[in-house]
Amino acid sequence: MARWLGRDVVSILDFTRDELLDLFEAASGLEGVLESGRARRLLEGKIVSLAFFEPSTRTRLSFEAAAKRLGAETIGFTAAEATSIAKGENLADTVRMLDGYSDLIVIRHRYEGAALYAAEIAEKPVINAGDGRQHHPTQAMLDLYTVNRLYGTVDGLVYGVLGDLRYGRAATSFLLALTRFKPKMVYLISPPLLRPREEVYMALRQQGLPFQETESLEEVLPELDVLYVTRIQRERFPDLRDYEKVRGSYRVTLDLLQRHAKPELKVLHPLPRVDEIDYRVDGSPYQAYFLQARLGVPVRAALLAKILGAW
Amino acid sequence: MLVRRIRDGTVIDHIPAGRALTVLRILGITGSEGYKLAIVMNVESKKLGKKDIVKIEGLYLDKEQLDKIALIAPTATVNIVKDYRVVEKMKVRLPEDLSNILSCANPTCITRQPREPIKPRFKLVSRRPVLYQCVYCGTLIEEDDIVRQLGGSA
Ligand SMILES: [Zn+2]
Repeated sequence: MARWLGRDVVSILDFTRDELLDLFEAASGLEGVLESGRARRLLEGKIVSLAFFEPSTRTRLSFEAAAKRLGAETIGFTAAEATSIAKGENLADTVRMLDGYSDLIVIRHRYEGAALYAAEIAEKPVINAGDGRQHHPTQAMLDLYTVNRLYGTVDGLVYGVLGDLRYGRAATSFLLALTRFKPKMVYLISPPLLRPREEVYMALRQQGLPFQETESLEEVLPELDVLYVTRIQRERFPDLRDYEKVRGSYRVTLDLLQRHAKPELKVLHPLPRVDEIDYRVDGSPYQAYFLQARLGVPVRAALLAKILGAW
Repeated sequence: MLVRRIRDGTVIDHIPAGRALTVLRILGITGSEGYKLAIVMNVESKKLGKKDIVKIEGLYLDKEQLDKIALIAPTATVNIVKDYRVVEKMKVRLPEDLSNILSCANPTCITRQPREPIKPRFKLVSRRPVLYQCVYCGTLIEEDDIVRQLGGSA
């Protein structure tokens, strides 16, 4: 049985398939009641810290909405406020402060390993809302929850993961999450400069994920059930000349989808997007990224409720 | 070359030629501790062609300390000597966990931030080839980088 109470969420690989399915069930149970206000007693009297050292809108707001729908209060700061904190004290001291003020800490930070470090310092549970290029476990949870919602399963499907597989933590965490299930095939679609880092390949191989690499979306598009698109993470390139080489190197258009994709293909994107998905896809039946974004709230609510012992 | 036998202490043999000083550095021995110390370098070896040997009189090193030298001297053998007799022979073995010896190559790793009180930590992911992984950021470190960091020549 899953042990949720008080646990940290650092990497998606910390979770088993059964635990993820258990979480999905809770999210599904919460979906109906969150908006009715009937879940508002679950985390009454709790305080959730939102420590966002790096800019974020969607993730921060969905955690905030999830906490508030469950009746918890939130404290915290945004990236701009964090900049002034950073001048005064180190991360360790900030984490100790939040640990003393709240029941759970959600942290986003630009340095890889910051969430694990925070979890080692804090006595309260810590949820990683993104650490540099490395992990974004709650994004992967809601991504697979979305797939599960659309197809009734995560197994047996053909996935394409398109874009920045090198610096994009959402794409990496999505791939790592898929290792917990049984996809039929996973295509890694990216220009050579944006291929996964060696340690990610190592994890995918160790976990036995069936995957193939390609540079051409067109080539594999007819096979795909799910296309996961990501933006190029300009801010994480060590050398901006490399960014210039790959900028705009892929773009999903309605025309491309209509010519090559199965009619039931679903397109996901962790958002925000730049120009990698044409706006004309938005109104098509392929589009599933707005649903995906909305489902961030029940999935994060389920996670908060389980870790704080309310579900 | 004549190096007398030691009475009590530790003999580290079969160190790849040229790495004896790095072995001492990993063990934290600077020479100012007062131990009688013999360092033999680039002598003939049947197994290795050429090898280094380190003899430390009056010091017994434990397995955990000695295993760290496997990072740069995987062929090393260790003899614990008491009253001129070898009482224990052992081989070094790469440790599963390494802290504090290596630093992470990734500049945006949390362990590289000077204001944070954090120690770099690595876990062993492969013995052959030697591969360690940063516990915090996942970055891999290969044998050549390890040797370079520890100040030996690759
Ligand atoms: Zn690191």
